[in-house]
Amino acid sequence: MEITYALAIGVLTGSGVWLLLRPRTFQVIMGLSLLSYAVNLFIFGMGRIMEGGAPIIDTLKQIDPSLYDDPVPQALVLTAIVIGFATTALFLVVLLASRGLTGTDHVDGDESEP
Amino acid sequence: MNDWTQLLQHLPVFPIVIPLVAGASMLLFVEARRTTRTIIALIATLANLGAAAGLAYVASGAMPGLWPEGIAVYLLGGWDAPFGIVLVLDRLSGVMLLLNAVLALTSLVYALARWKKMGPHFQSLFQFLVMGINGAFLTGDLFNLFVFIEVLLAASYGLVLHGLGEVRVRAGLHYIAINLAGSFILLIGISLIYGASGTLNMADLAARLPALAEGDRILFEIGAAILGVAFLLKAGAWPLNFWLPSAYGAAAPPVAAIFSIMTKVGVYALLRLGSLLAGPSGAGAPAPFSDGWLFGIGLITLALGTAGTLTARQPQRLVAYCVISSAGTLLTALGLGGAGMKSAALFYLVSSVLATGAFFMLTEMIERTQRSGEGAQAEPFESFGPEDQIDPSLPDEDVGIVIPAAMAFLGMSFIACTLLVTGLPPLSGFIAKFLLLSAALDSPLLATLPVSVWVLWAAVLGSSLIGVIALCHMGVRLFWSSEEIVTPQLRLIEAAPVAVLLLLTAALTAGVGPAMDYLTLAGSSLSSPQMYIDAVLTGGPPIVSHEIKGGGQ
Repeated sequence: MEITYALAIGVLTGSGVWLLLRPRTFQVIMGLSLLSYAVNLFIFGMGRIMEGGAPIIDTLKQIDPSLYDDPVPQALVLTAIVIGFATTALFLVVLLASRGLTGTDHVDGDESEP
Repeated sequence: MNDWTQLLQHLPVFPIVIPLVAGASMLLFVEARRTTRTIIALIATLANLGAAAGLAYVASGAMPGLWPEGIAVYLLGGWDAPFGIVLVLDRLSGVMLLLNAVLALTSLVYALARWKKMGPHFQSLFQFLVMGINGAFLTGDLFNLFVFIEVLLAASYGLVLHGLGEVRVRAGLHYIAINLAGSFILLIGISLIYGASGTLNMADLAARLPALAEGDRILFEIGAAILGVAFLLKAGAWPLNFWLPSAYGAAAPPVAAIFSIMTKVGVYALLRLGSLLAGPSGAGAPAPFSDGWLFGIGLITLALGTAGTLTARQPQRLVAYCVISSAGTLLTALGLGGAGMKSAALFYLVSSVLATGAFFMLTEMIERTQRSGEGAQAEPFESFGPEDQIDPSLPDEDVGIVIPAAMAFLGMSFIACTLLVTGLPPLSGFIAKFLLLSAALDSPLLATLPVSVWVLWAAVLGSSLIGVIALCHMGVRLFWSSEEIVTPQLRLIEAAPVAVLLLLTAALTAGVGPAMDYLTLAGSSLSSPQMYIDAVLTGGPPIVSHEIKGGGQ
């Protein structure tokens, strides 16, 4: 479980960073999205991975911390998803504005190679 | 317990609530009702200034009954410290809040002249930016710090594009991309620290650090290192500051003016966490917060910023490089360490933020004199002027009072800004650099590694010299060698903010004694964070629990 999880984060981060360094704005935004998925999974994983653990205390079960999942990273990940989603959407608008104003989808707004 | 203190105990949350309510309530009025929006913005910014001044006064220990030692802890939602989110006010936060409030008021007044008409929702975004900056200075919780940084960044994304134009969109694209990536780095750092230590409260984190197990300690150090990278990115440190000159150089001038405190949010976070994570012994700060790293990074940043001032041909871009040099000087000074260094660096921070803020607004007024001349624009600048983009259907309600002797005012202000930025007497820039250099002589490194002190001296003085050359060059080109100088019509509300900021630096020069008394205590409380930790962990003011009891009865 942990290995699969770690590999998924690694693949997402690797692809995200590679795309982020590409010269096309669409690739950059895809890279940022993949990075944000990786980071969200990473935050989630920092609460330690547990199968079937409830984050909220169940009154029927006994009060034993080892039976429960850590609720804090789940709350953090929700906040991070919302913020990441909103800022990525904003970036998309700027990307379109840049495409319209410069007539190219190069990140520098300029096709010329050095 | 009278009503007055009942209200006063909520003072720490005011700098967040006031801009939030003002910014949101403005959205209820349609865009054409500018007067209403303007009145709300002015009232909110003035109230924010009042609250910040009150908090800076409280932080000096003026209310020992309510907040002993001048550290005000505000429990949001009434939850006790490690579980709920706290706002903490001490002298450092007080100074930063006051500085932000002053800068916000002046740049808002400046923007009222022309810039607010250039795009939608300027006023709301501006209030949200102020809220984010205030929140970042007040919060005592790591994740909450991230949220407030996101609030200020989200508002700044809108503001950097304010007025549009190709140059701004291009600069904004880079600015947003790098800051989004920076936010992800920040999140990774925060979650690693949470995973290793199990807490997000900064004071609780500092208290738990000595008891961390070996494996967790390594994870924590990695988390802190990643966190430090994110803060250095915000602070504009090399090698993560190449976005800064184009973003700050292209932003609308009043926006750039308020942005000059945004880099200082990164410096503040480095200072605050560096102070807390170093622990009582002051030895164990993790990598990017520790002295050697900051010193090296600061030196390169300073060199890069100084070199940039020589290359910049557009005045606003030159000021953006001055912001980088100021960040570099601060990081180098903080990296050297020593007893008086933190307070001297804080004085430098205050002086340089006021100076660059005034300078950003001044450059735009000076550029208006170059309307038809060859000017100083290496970059295409056509789509920049506000004239062609104002919607003619909207009422032009403020004709304003035009000030006399506009060229004399511009020239004198340019000289004053040059003196401030480069640190020549008689204004506060000189005192700030003098304090830095004299504090360097008290550094403990003078005995063990004297070369670092001399490197600091050489770097600070050398950057001043090169700054003088670059700014003189710019001044000669702008005022003397231009073919055609158009004497611009300066409105009072445009000239007054610059004059107020420059007069404040003059006041800072005259009142350097009281100011340094305040900042010395701020610096020494950073060196001994135990008081901060105790204040947070022993809970907030007793009145909060009194209220809860009252509710239960």
